[in-house]
Amino acid sequence: MDARRESEATPTKNPTGVERKSERELVVTRTINAPARLVFEAWTKAELFRRWWVPKSYGLTLLSCEMDVRVGGQYRLVFRHEDSTMEFFGTYVEVTPHSRLVWTNEEGDDGETVTTVTFDEKAGKTLLVVHDRYPSREALDSGSTYALPEVLDQLDELLASLGSSTEAK
Amino acid sequence: MVQYSQTHFDASFGALSDATRRGVLEQLGRADASITALAERFHMTLTGMRKHVGILEQAGLVSTEKVGRVRTCKLGLRGLEEEAAWIERYRQLWAERFDALDIVVEELKRKEKANGRKKRK
Repeated sequence: MDARRESEATPTKNPTGVERKSERELVVTRTINAPARLVFEAWTKAELFRRWWVPKSYGLTLLSCEMDVRVGGQYRLVFRHEDSTMEFFGTYVEVTPHSRLVWTNEEGDDGETVTTVTFDEKAGKTLLVVHDRYPSREALDSGSTYALPEVLDQLDELLASLGSSTEAK
Repeated sequence: MVQYSQTHFDASFGALSDATRRGVLEQLGRADASITALAERFHMTLTGMRKHVGILEQAGLVSTEKVGRVRTCKLGLRGLEEEAAWIERYRQLWAERFDALDIVVEELKRKEKANGRKKRK
């Protein structure tokens, strides 16, 4: 919407793709204009990771970010949202420098989600593929959408307006 | 509401996986049409088209109404928009992350260049 402000921040934004591969899998893709070793660094050094992982629009404060990036190592992110704190934690399962990271997300009540990130470098650019495998369809639907009910409420309003404009055609 | 959505999403993804069904949605986006008209348009038997419309209807993407002997299909706008919004919301989260990642990585690139120059001296 505010194209001017965005273009000032980053002049060369690549598109972000999202695909639901199955009832338990979501895949996100994005090309980053840098070699894989630098992109990998930004994913594996806590002081870099914490600068980009939390979307500003979510109104969350990252209180701490610990990452022990090696097979069997743990990570823990603690957020403050209004008056409460939230923790996200898990274990690194695979760490292949500059090409592949796999970790578990253990904070959920209904089983582990496994996140696999691959870094595929071509001509100095890196294709990132983030693959989330949820323990169940329900976990995906509730976990990935962040407060789905609120979204659906907003959607009701939007759809009401869309519906009336379609009828007018 | 959430329960409804979970089954609904799955049905929608299945329904949208077929090219003919996507074509039917596009067509209905322009104007309502009878099953007969749709069958003709997509060079299909009535039975074949009824099946496709049935799947779209189950997913909430299309609604049908029988008036006399003609069954008219129209877009179930609600289903399609809800699906798109769900994916779009998730995409926006990641786009925002990646935009911030771009900035961090650009900084690493600049640092590396600067260090490289120092080392060569």
